[in-house]
This record gives sequence, C-alpha cells and structure tokens, in this order.
Amino acid sequence: MKFRKIFYSQKVAPYVFVVPFILSFFFFWVYPLITAFTMSFQDIGAITSEWIGFANYTKLLKDNVFHIAVMNSVKYMFFTLVLLIPFPMLFAVLMDSHLVKAKGVWKAILYMPALTSVVISGTLFRLMFTEYTTGQMNIISSFLGLGTYKWLKMGWSGMLALLIVACWRWTGVNMLYFLSGLKSIDTALYEAADIDGASGWQKFRYVTLPLLKPTTVYVLTISVYAGLSMFLESYMLWAGNSSPNNIGLTIVGYLYKRGIEKNDMGYACAVGVVLLVVALIINFVQLIFNGTFKKEEQ
Amino acid sequence: MAKQKTMSGTPQRRVGTILGTGFFLILSLIIVFPVFAGLLASFRPGTQLIRRGLAIDLDISTMNLDNYTYLFSGNADSQKYFMWYKNSLVITIVSVTLTLLICYFVAYGLTMYDFKFKNLLFTIVLATMMVPFEILMLPLYKEIIAFKLIDTYTGVIIIGLCGASTIFFFKQYLSGLPKDLLDAARIDGCNEYSISVRIILPLAKPAFASMGILCAMGSWNAILWPLLVLKGAEKFTLPIGLNTLLTPYGNNYDVLIAGSMFGILPILVIFLIFNRYIIDGMTAGAVKG
Repeated sequence: MKFRKIFYSQKVAPYVFVVPFILSFFFFWVYPLITAFTMSFQDIGAITSEWIGFANYTKLLKDNVFHIAVMNSVKYMFFTLVLLIPFPMLFAVLMDSHLVKAKGVWKAILYMPALTSVVISGTLFRLMFTEYTTGQMNIISSFLGLGTYKWLKMGWSGMLALLIVACWRWTGVNMLYFLSGLKSIDTALYEAADIDGASGWQKFRYVTLPLLKPTTVYVLTISVYAGLSMFLESYMLWAGNSSPNNIGLTIVGYLYKRGIEKNDMGYACAVGVVLLVVALIINFVQLIFNGTFKKEEQ
Repeated sequence: MAKQKTMSGTPQRRVGTILGTGFFLILSLIIVFPVFAGLLASFRPGTQLIRRGLAIDLDISTMNLDNYTYLFSGNADSQKYFMWYKNSLVITIVSVTLTLLICYFVAYGLTMYDFKFKNLLFTIVLATMMVPFEILMLPLYKEIIAFKLIDTYTGVIIIGLCGASTIFFFKQYLSGLPKDLLDAARIDGCNEYSISVRIILPLAKPAFASMGILCAMGSWNAILWPLLVLKGAEKFTLPIGLNTLLTPYGNNYDVLIAGSMFGILPILVIFLIFNRYIIDGMTAGAVKG
C-alpha cells in the first residue's frame, strides 16, 4: 500500500488539510471574481452573450439612477463612520471605568440588536417610522415641536432612518470591539501617567487613543465595507428594492435590481466592479493615512 | 486597589457611578425599545400595526394570545411558518457543523506544519476577506445554476463553508497551543489525521464554541444568498419566509409579528448561555488588527 503511506506522511498531510480551502477559493472566489470582470464587458442574454467592451461602463457614467445609488451609499458610509466610531469608543472608555456598575448586563443588552435578523429589525423600524401620527418618530418630532413627517418618503429623513437603524444595530458591537482593545492596554501605562500628573483627557489623548489604533483601524475597515455594501437594511425599511425617488437605493441595491430583477447581469456586474474599486481605493487611502504600511517596513 | 475602594465611598465618586450606570441604563432602554414594542404588538391584532404602528399601549385588557394560538394552531399559515423554521434549523445545523470542521482542519494545516505554500495560502485567506460578497453574488448565482444546485440546501450552504474569518480565528487559537504535543503523539504512533482529531481538536473546544455560535447566528439570519438560491416556498428559510409575508400590496402582520418574536428566541437563548464565547470570537480580529 504505497498510496496509503504517502497519504499518511507528514509531507502530504498539510496539503490534505488545506485542500477544501483551495477548492473553495478557486470555485467560489477566483472564478466568480474573474467572471464578474468579464461579465461587466458583456451584454448577457438568455442564451448567448455579446462582448461589448466598455459600453456598460460608459452607460454607468451617464446613468442618473446609478449616481443616486453611489451618493446614497457613500453618504451612508460617511455618516456611519462619523456616528459609529467615536461614540462607541467613548462608550467603551466609560464602560471600562469604575463609574459603571452591572457591566455584563449592559454589554449583553447593547449587543442584542446584532442578534436579530434584518427582516425583523427592518420591519420594527418601518413601523416606527410610519407617517401616521402614532409612529414613534412622529411622536418624538411632534413632542419637540417639529411636527410630523412622512419619514420614508423624503431624502434626508430616509437617510436618517437608515442611520438610526445602523446605530441601533452596531453601536453595541463596535463598543465591544473597543472594549476588547482597551483590555489589551497595559494598566501600568495609566499608573505612569498618573504619577506624571496627567489629567483624564491627557490620559485618553496620549495613552488610550494611540494604543487603541489597531482596533480603530479594524473597525474603520469593516465599517467602510459594511457601509458601501449596505443593502438589506434599505430593502427591509422600504419593503422591497424600490423607494420613492430612489432615496433608499444603494450600490448593491442597484446591482440587485439590474442583475436579478431586470436580468441585466452584464450591467449589474459593471456596478459590482465599480463598488469593488471604490471600496479598495477608500481602504487603501485609509490604510496609508493610518500608517499601516509604514509600520510593517520598520 | 485599596485606594480605589476608599475612594468609591466619597460622595463625588458615588454621583459619578450613578451618572455612568444611568447612562448605560438609558442607552439600554433605547436599544430594547423596538423589540419591546414589537413584543407588545405581538399580543394585539395585526391590523392594529397597520393603523397605529408600534404604538406603546400597556393596557393588558386589550392584549390576547390570538397571534400565537394562530401561529401554533396548525392552519396553512402556521404549517408554512414551522416548515420555514425547520428549514432554517436544518440549514443552520448542517452548515455550522461542516463549516467548523472544514475551517478547523484548514487552520490546523496552516498552523501545525511548515510547507511550501503556507504563507502564500494564509495571505490568500486574508485577501478573500477584502472583496465584498455582493460583487461575487451574480457570478456565483450563475455558477450555482450551472451546477444544478439552485433551489437546494446544498446551494445555500456550499459557498460559505470556508469562511476566511473562521479560519483566521481557528489559526489564532491553534497557534497558542504547544507543537510538542504533535511530536509526542507521533512517537506514540498516532498518524497525522488522528492527531488533529483526537489530540488537538478537544483542546480547541472553546474556539469551536465561539465560532459555532457566530456561524449559527450568521446562518440563522442570512437573507441575501438564500433569497437568490431558494425558489420554492416549501424550501424557504425563516427570514425569507417572513419577508414574503411583507408585500407592497398587503401585509400579513398577524403571523409576521408573532413569528418574528418567536424567531428571535433560539438565538436569544444561545446568546444568554454562551455570551462570553460570542464576544471572544467576535473581537478576536479587532485587537491584533
């Protein structure tokens, strides 16, 4: 049994272990990625497909609906970064202090929204943003003397609704990321800062903030991706992929609409390639700004 | 420590504690609110949702269990609901079991051996995380059609079996174990595969717990991919099934609201039991950057 012997040898075993990944990598990553690129240069019909060069891309440049989708996604990403990095970080610092009791309870509750399916949370929020006077958001806005709104029918309030859902779902998760980052900071550094007479703010600015950097970069990276590829929140909030004047349309929503609903796969793949390029550029710039590459050179 | 204890007694400190804890109490109330409102609504007729939204109404006398008895009564709607529930359970259990085993063995191979393409492979694992799934979605959809896996559970499960983040987590965990164990087992005559199953796998139980729960949550709540693959209503998973109850033309809120609340239940129970492992698994990538 020569085969048996080879199969059991220490030289061959590692390859046997990683084979599933290699297969999955080629079938479910390399091949689809290449196909996405090639399909974006084609007009995909039911039976035959035609090579049309950059026609899909030039069409995208002039496509108003696509511009709206990109603007929506970029705006959403930008505001989620503004809302979902500094605040969870501050909450984590506060949670980590001696000022908070029953930490476990708050952590569990704040994490809970991430457990619920988008179908359920989207439905609940759609009902809260209803245009009727009994909707929670209208109760709050009329309490503040701002009157009532048709929340899901106007651009700014539609975006606000999406952001509120995002904050509801991810504040706790991001806070946990920062908390685990804080745990890895050596307490001796704070003691040293205390001896030097540092104020609370100085300790935050010169000890906490720099040492949280790996965590911040991580959260930033996943937030950029999550923000740009958001789709389901909008899909649930408007009970489908169409919103009035496309106020809730995102890049992936447009990809879905073109590729699945209108069966125009080539054009949809061009949308996907644009999404990939935008995401990679943003992340690359962000990694350079954060000095991730520099650190590796040292 | 002693110093802190005495300080916590000062009035100033106590006010700080009240403010700090109060802040999280309020934040938690805001977070719980939508689910609480949904729970209240599930005890009232679905038509109320359309008229009044999630209006908070604590009047017990107007509440009843009608939605839940309807859900459990065995009528056509409830049969559909429990079929979706069962589908979700099957898909979740199968995909979690397979994903964990496959990712564990891949990570084991990447951690415990030195071989030619090891670093390249690990770089590739990390690189696959850099492309949003949505871009691959349409080609994958065509691929699944070509493989004749459309409208099958296999089609839903197969593309997620080698999750890069799961491999990454297992690798982090396994690299903390002493490699001498392998040599000791080899001397005792254990072959490479038995070592991975009988010696190292039991040691990796906490990693299995963390990743298992995260995968289970992901699978239980997955929408986008199952929505593409599954076509027949009898194959739907719970989220997709619930989603079909919502149409622009009319909503079946009675089943939806009770079904939603009942659908959160398994995840909530798992979370309450294993919440430490979930947090460990989730934050593993964040600290190392």
